[in-house]
Amino acid sequence: MSKNKESFFSSKNKKLLTDPLNDNNPVTTQVLGICSALAITVQLKPAVVMAISVLVVMSIANVVVSLMRSFIPSRIRIIVQLVVIATLVILVDQVLKAFVYDVSKELSVFVGLIITNCIIMGRLEAFALGNGVWKSFLDGLGNAFGYGWILIAVAFFRELLGAGTLYGYPVIEKLGLYEIGYENNGMMILPPMALVTVGIIIWIQRTKNRELIES
Amino acid sequence: MDVNKNSYTFTFAAIMVVLVATLLSTAAISLKPFQSKNIEAEKKQNILSTVGITVSREEAASAYEKNIIDSYVINNQGNKLDGDAFNVDLGIEIRKPADKQLLPVFESIQNGEKLYILPMRGKGLWGPIWGFIALKDDMNTISGAVFDHKAETPGLGAEISLDWFQEPFIGKTIFEGKNLVSINIVKGGADADDMHSVDGISGGTITSDGVADMLAERFKQYLPFFNKKNSQMKELLSKSEIVDNSL
Repeated sequence: MSKNKESFFSSKNKKLLTDPLNDNNPVTTQVLGICSALAITVQLKPAVVMAISVLVVMSIANVVVSLMRSFIPSRIRIIVQLVVIATLVILVDQVLKAFVYDVSKELSVFVGLIITNCIIMGRLEAFALGNGVWKSFLDGLGNAFGYGWILIAVAFFRELLGAGTLYGYPVIEKLGLYEIGYENNGMMILPPMALVTVGIIIWIQRTKNRELIES
Repeated sequence: MDVNKNSYTFTFAAIMVVLVATLLSTAAISLKPFQSKNIEAEKKQNILSTVGITVSREEAASAYEKNIIDSYVINNQGNKLDGDAFNVDLGIEIRKPADKQLLPVFESIQNGEKLYILPMRGKGLWGPIWGFIALKDDMNTISGAVFDHKAETPGLGAEISLDWFQEPFIGKTIFEGKNLVSINIVKGGADADDMHSVDGISGGTITSDGVADMLAERFKQYLPFFNKKNSQMKELLSKSEIVDNSL
């Protein structure tokens, strides 16, 4: 019974929220969601929009699957998870299209990408199927934040070095760097450089925390 | 209850499918009117922005009424047909044989100058791309261009919907003498004094090429219409020295 009385923000629960930000980051440690990290980090704005969308879908999906966890037949659980995610994403998309058309235009292709984001499936399968609603919600939030900050960090460098802008604002031009011969690196806007940037983040993370290095 | 029995699994799947299908179709049907209103307003916004009018989505309908003085449908011989130009779905039209296609034309007058707005539609990298081109009444000079897309990559192909890509089209010409040359989109940057070229998108070459192909293909369909308008214009000029100012 004491377990049920665990406070909403016990240290265990807080860990669910904070672990994915660093040591158990879905992108840099679990190496999930790489495909979307490559595709949409050319500019900051789409990266932010994607991070928020994943946050919403992941936390709701985790809650829904956690609520259903004792009814889901184990042989079709992956399909059920997929249906839950896809339904949520389509519903959100339809509502956006009807009431906040501009946001939905901003999301455009990402909607499809959210469904295929392996982090969401991964968290449903690894966590929500075996844990309570509140914990699953926190786990969803934590992982979405962990995914989001990596996405935004990568997009920051790619947009700054590749296009010379930040959130569409021409930073380099305003600093006057072009006049002294600076040029944008066109390679930064191509997908391979996203992988390299993620690689550098992983490198920094592992120099700081040697426990993450495989023997 | 044994959740792993075959019968349970089947029942669960069946109920889930019916529930989800009902949920989604209810959402789709009940939200459809709101969505089509948005799409229609956006189309009006796009048409207006080719003639230099920027309005919010709410104002689009009234601004459209005021600024678009005429719209009609023609065929690829340049002859007028019956039909509502605004509601022509180019996505369907471009799949028909060329002589069966309905080609919409919108007319507007800005600063005493008549402008013809032609809708465009073609293929990008991931899906359809479309847009509107406004031509001056010499049927040669572009006075405005708007492009949009369904699913091009943000930051790359999707840049066709941004001002930096669209603005250079203004003032370019689509005819070299009597030949229709359309507008080329040049990878690595177009020559500033080339009247038929604009800059392409780094990393978005296939979408850029898609825009160029779309323009060339669509302009070709309108060619008889251009010629007709040009000869009408010559007749008008030769008949009278005074150019019609009544409009």
